[in-house]
Amino acid sequence: MNYNVNDKGYYGEFGGAYIPEMLYPNVEELRQNYLKIIKDDSFQKEFEQLLKEYVGRPTPLYYAKRFSEKYKTKVYLKREDLCHTGAHKVNNTIGQILMAKRLNKTRIIAETGAGQHGVATATVCALMGLECIVYMGEIDIKRQAPNVARMKMLGAKVIPATSGSKTLKDATNEAIRDWINNPTNTHYIIGSVVGPHPYPDMVARFQSVISREIKWQLLEKEGRDQPNYVVACVGGGSNAAGAFYAYLNQPEVGLIAVEAAGKGIHSGESAATSVLGKMGIIHGSKTLLMQTHDGQITEPYSISAGLDYPGVGPLHAHLYTSGRGEFISITDAAAMQAGLELCQLEGIIPAIESSHALAIFKDRKFKKEDVVVVNLSGRGDKDLATYIEYFNLK
Amino acid sequence: MNRITQRLSENKKILSIYFTAGYPNLGDTIPILKELEKSGVDMVEIGLPFSDPLADGPTIQASSTKALQNGMTTALLFEQLKEVRKSISIPLILMGYFNPVLQYGVEAFCAKCSEIGIDGLILPDLPLAEFTNEYQPIFKKHHLINMFLITPQTSTERIRQIDAISEGFIYMVSSSSTTGKLDGFGSLQTSYFKRIAKMQLQHPQIVGFGINNATTFSMATQHTKGAIIGSAFIKMLTQQGVGGISKFTATIR
Repeated sequence: MNYNVNDKGYYGEFGGAYIPEMLYPNVEELRQNYLKIIKDDSFQKEFEQLLKEYVGRPTPLYYAKRFSEKYKTKVYLKREDLCHTGAHKVNNTIGQILMAKRLNKTRIIAETGAGQHGVATATVCALMGLECIVYMGEIDIKRQAPNVARMKMLGAKVIPATSGSKTLKDATNEAIRDWINNPTNTHYIIGSVVGPHPYPDMVARFQSVISREIKWQLLEKEGRDQPNYVVACVGGGSNAAGAFYAYLNQPEVGLIAVEAAGKGIHSGESAATSVLGKMGIIHGSKTLLMQTHDGQITEPYSISAGLDYPGVGPLHAHLYTSGRGEFISITDAAAMQAGLELCQLEGIIPAIESSHALAIFKDRKFKKEDVVVVNLSGRGDKDLATYIEYFNLK
Repeated sequence: MNRITQRLSENKKILSIYFTAGYPNLGDTIPILKELEKSGVDMVEIGLPFSDPLADGPTIQASSTKALQNGMTTALLFEQLKEVRKSISIPLILMGYFNPVLQYGVEAFCAKCSEIGIDGLILPDLPLAEFTNEYQPIFKKHHLINMFLITPQTSTERIRQIDAISEGFIYMVSSSSTTGKLDGFGSLQTSYFKRIAKMQLQHPQIVGFGINNATTFSMATQHTKGAIIGSAFIKMLTQQGVGGISKFTATIR
């Protein structure tokens, strides 16, 4: 089986472009041009140079010795937390801003939940001198004040999404509405492998630098370019898509996607989309999503703002239903403990999103000789307030 | 003949009204329909509320949120409409986003519409390609007409494709915008209306988005078959309720 997108924009039965006609010309323009632009030598050269000199790639593949000893297996951390702006998100925004320039767009819009993608977008817009508008749920603006300040310092205009539940899904709706109202000069930088085709594929390609680096870095360290497992957290799923990408069609490499169980899968406060979701349409994509019996999209919950998206990218929906991916749900409590443990064992403060991926080792046992790569998607600076409150560190 | 095609064949400009089912009150669906028919409205679009209405501006969004809070569901709407054809004879179209239809089951949804006497559907986020690949036979089987949208950005080639597959009217979105955004038409709209009129399409066009009074109605219908009022009608309902309907429609034409 092939796990990449097909020529109609589908991963198995998931994907497509379920968009109102008002968006068709924008999305179609992108669909017709994205592969051509990405494959162009000048694009590749500029993209790679920025990833190297601006983002700070390649990010290290670090052998976590004490963590490995504790869990009796070989754990490598892919240090996306060391990227400029603090997470893998910038790999995608660099790619998309170069795409936007080649499509002659002068105005950039984005959605953001916790603010990481908003900051990464504001950063590349400042870098390229383009106008930047970021939609953010009114509730998230209150919860994530430091990232709102960062975006403003970087010159972005932050517009509160006041509709619906006033969080990420509504910010995404507002960004899409903006795009409908500005059909010619605007590029929408989606932050994850979600949305109408070609976004899931385009974002996965920009994030695929993660697994391309893992391959050669692992070859240097272990003499083979395949780990036994790659582990990554999944909200929409962009860091997981990037970490899995080079291994999608290599069944001998296990792909482990870690979702947020929140307060427990069946607590009513969870974001474990693969378990709780049903096939439907969200933000232009046919995928698994959390919804009522009647097809109304529901609001997910996780302590980590980057994982509380009610859907999941169509690639991941396909990995789940086909059995290619192993999906594990981790509660808030387990993630927080795992985050603290990494601080103490390795001197690395992870983002709470990434802590979910680290938390699987407690129950998911690996063989001693297994090589397990965990994508450490972001750093924990943004989460200090949550860590402080949770562990009462005042 | 389907009530929509019948109405389109008549020699008159069509006034169509959109409202969100379950708004302002859960039980308003039938009273609104009766009042609209009594006021001489030619066709109605009944909105199935959705949690995430991407193509809609604040007015219709708010009406959807309120309708859902009131308890509106697909099943309840069908229940309310069960005997609608005993009292209403104008064409009825259900308009909504695709996800609630998908969850109800496309086949079951279409069957139910047909049983009730719904004449057509408008599902803005069900794209042309998916419709023709997967769902067209189901719609045909249940004698439901699916209406497609075009916008000022839609290419000539795609408009021809849409015209070829259409059966009722072509929903002509007046501007590149969400609903309720425009306040009056300018030269952009009139040249767009004229451009499409010149294409001599097989199917009549009905303009939606931006029609809110007699002036915009008359401008929109000068080169087309009719016009749809949505946000402006919802605003009126918010202020005056069902009792304001006949006065409102009297100001349009």
